[in-house]
Amino acid sequence: MKKIYVQEEWCLKCRLCEYICAYANSGFKDIAAALKDKPINTRITVEESGRISYAVSCRHCDEPSCVKSCISGALEKVDGVVKIDKDKCVGCFTCVLACPYGAIAAGEDGAAMKCELCVENSGGSPMCVKYCPNRAIILE
Amino acid sequence: MPINYDDNIYEVTRDRERCIDCRVCERQCANLVHAYSSELGRMTSDSMSCVDCQRCVSLCPARALKIIKNPNVYRDNANWNDAAIKSVYKQAGSGGVLLSSMGTPEPYPVYWDRILVNASQVTNPSIDPLREPMETRVALGVKPQNAERNGRGELINTLRNPMVLSVPIMFSAMSYGSISYNAHKSLAAAAEKLGIFYNTGEGGLHKDFYRYGKNTIVQVASGRFGVFKEYLDAGAAIEIKMGQGAKPGIGGHLPGEKIVEDVSRTRMIPMGTDAISPAPHHDIYSIEDLRQLVFSLKEAVNYSKPVIVKIAAVHNVAAIASGIARSGADVIAIDGFRGGTGAAPTRIRDNVGIPIELALACVDERLRGEGIRNEVSLVVGGSIRNSADVVKAIALGADAVYVATGALLALGCHLCRSCHLGKCNWGIATQNPELVKRLNPEVGSERLVNLVTAWKHEIEEMMGGMGINSIEALKGNRLMLRGIGLNRKELDILGVKHAGE
Repeated sequence: MKKIYVQEEWCLKCRLCEYICAYANSGFKDIAAALKDKPINTRITVEESGRISYAVSCRHCDEPSCVKSCISGALEKVDGVVKIDKDKCVGCFTCVLACPYGAIAAGEDGAAMKCELCVENSGGSPMCVKYCPNRAIILE
Repeated sequence: MPINYDDNIYEVTRDRERCIDCRVCERQCANLVHAYSSELGRMTSDSMSCVDCQRCVSLCPARALKIIKNPNVYRDNANWNDAAIKSVYKQAGSGGVLLSSMGTPEPYPVYWDRILVNASQVTNPSIDPLREPMETRVALGVKPQNAERNGRGELINTLRNPMVLSVPIMFSAMSYGSISYNAHKSLAAAAEKLGIFYNTGEGGLHKDFYRYGKNTIVQVASGRFGVFKEYLDAGAAIEIKMGQGAKPGIGGHLPGEKIVEDVSRTRMIPMGTDAISPAPHHDIYSIEDLRQLVFSLKEAVNYSKPVIVKIAAVHNVAAIASGIARSGADVIAIDGFRGGTGAAPTRIRDNVGIPIELALACVDERLRGEGIRNEVSLVVGGSIRNSADVVKAIALGADAVYVATGALLALGCHLCRSCHLGKCNWGIATQNPELVKRLNPEVGSERLVNLVTAWKHEIEEMMGGMGINSIEALKGNRLMLRGIGLNRKELDILGVKHAGE
C-alpha cells in the first residue's frame, strides 16, 4: 500500500492541503458551499516554525497505537489504511492521546476524525497529494 | 504629504460569495497585496502593489479571485496615452531611469505571424511522422565544404566538435542570480533529459550543476563573472556574449540584493555588491579583437569545444555577422529585439534593435552570398513562442533556436514583467529562499521536457506536411514560406514570396 510522504523542502506553508482535505471530506460538490463561513475539519495540518514547514497526516503505522488504544473497536487497519468506523466510535478520544503524530482530531460529529487516504470520500485518491502546488506531498 | 501620482494598473477583485477566507492568497503574495482583516472578519486586498503575476489566482481553491485592469481612466488621448503619462509622473517623482523586465510589450510587427508554411498536395506526398522516421537532430558548428569518403566509400566525419541537439531548440542564457537556483536546476535537468543545451548566462556555473556539463553552454560576458579554467572546462560549448536583444549596446546590472552567498561564490564577487557588466567588452573593439578572445578561449580548452558569439539584432547585423563568421567562431547567436531580460532600461528595451525575423533573413542571405554560410551555424532567439515559429525560423535559415521566455512560462512565469523587483512569486526571478522553494525543479524540469517534446511532435507534423523528413532539408528552404500582408520591401528582406505568388 502506498503511503503519503511529505517533502519539507518543498512545502510552501500555503495550507492549501488543509482546505482541500476539509472540502474532500465535506460531501459538498462546491468548495464555497463546503467551506464558506464554516469550521474547517481537516485531517492534515501544516506544522510550521520559522522557515520550516510540513504537512502532518496519519502515517498509517505498521503497529498503530490508535488501533490498540481504541476502546470500542472503531479503529481498524484495512489494506494498509487505518480506518475509523464512525458508528462504533464513542468519542472517548483515547486515540487522539495515543497518536504520536497528533494526526487524529475530534470531528464535528463527535467521532474521531483522521486521514483515510480519501478512499472513502469523493476523492478516491489522496486529494492533498493531487492539489499540492509544489509536489511537497507525495504518494509512494 | 505630497500628492500621490501613483495609480495601480491592476485591480484585484474578490468574489465574496466564493471566498472561503483560507488565506492562501495572503501566504502566497510576496507583494503583500492580500491580508486578513480581523476587524472585518474577512480577506481584504490592496491592489496598489499588485503586479498581476496571477499567483493568487492560480492557487485560490475557490476560484474567487480575478485581476482586472483598473477601470479608472485618464481622458482618452491617442498621443499622451496612460502609459506615457504615468511614465512622466514616475520619473518626475523618482528622477531615475525607468526599468522593465522581459521582452518589449509594445505592438511592433511580429513577422512570424505574417509568414505561412507550405504543405504537400497530390504531386508530392506528405509524410506521416507517426509511421515513418523523422529526423529532427541537428549539429551546430563548422560544416565541411565537401563530403569526403574513405577507400571503402564511407563518409568521413570531418565535423569539428559539433554540438548535437536532438531537436533544434536550446534554452538561452539566463544567469544564476537573475534566476533562481531551482530555475537553473530545472533548465539543466530538462536539457540533459532532452539531449539539448541550456546556457549558464553570465553569472558563472554553480558547483552543483557541473554534472550537467555536457548539456551546458558556459557564457563569457563583459563582466566575466565566474569565468575560470574549470568553468570553461565544465561546459560543452562556450558563448561570448557581445549583446542581448532586449538591451543592445548596454551592459547589465544585477542589484546587490540578489548577490546572496551562493550567487556571490558562483560569480566570484563579494556578497551584496552590485554585479555590473560593462556595455562593451573592454578588450574587444574590432573583429580582430574578437578573434583573439575566440582563440584565447579555444586555446584554454585545448580546442575541444565550439565557441558561440552572441549578438543583439541591430541595424547592420549582416555585416557584423559576416565579421564574426571570419573570427573563428563556430556558431553565431542572434537575439532579436523582442527578447527578454531580467532588467533593462525601458526606453532601450522598447526602442533599440530590430526584429529577429528580418535579422535572420539578412544574415543568412549575406553569409550565403559571401560563401561562408557553412563556416558557422546560426542560432536565433528573441521571442520564439511556439513550434511554428521554430519551423519558420529554420526555413528562413536558422540552424536552431534559443528559447528563454517560453521556458520561463513553462516554469510558471506569467509575464508580469517585474523580475527587477526580485520578488518573483513563482520562485523564478528571485533569490529569496522562501520564494525560491516555490519552484520544485522536479516539477519544473518535467514541464520543460513536456514543452519541448510537444514542440518536437508539432515540428515533425509540419515537416511531414511539407513532405520533408529531415530538419536539414527544411533549413533555409524559403520556398516553404509565403508572406501575408507584407509589403514588397519586407518580402525582399525576408526572401519569401507573397501568398498566392
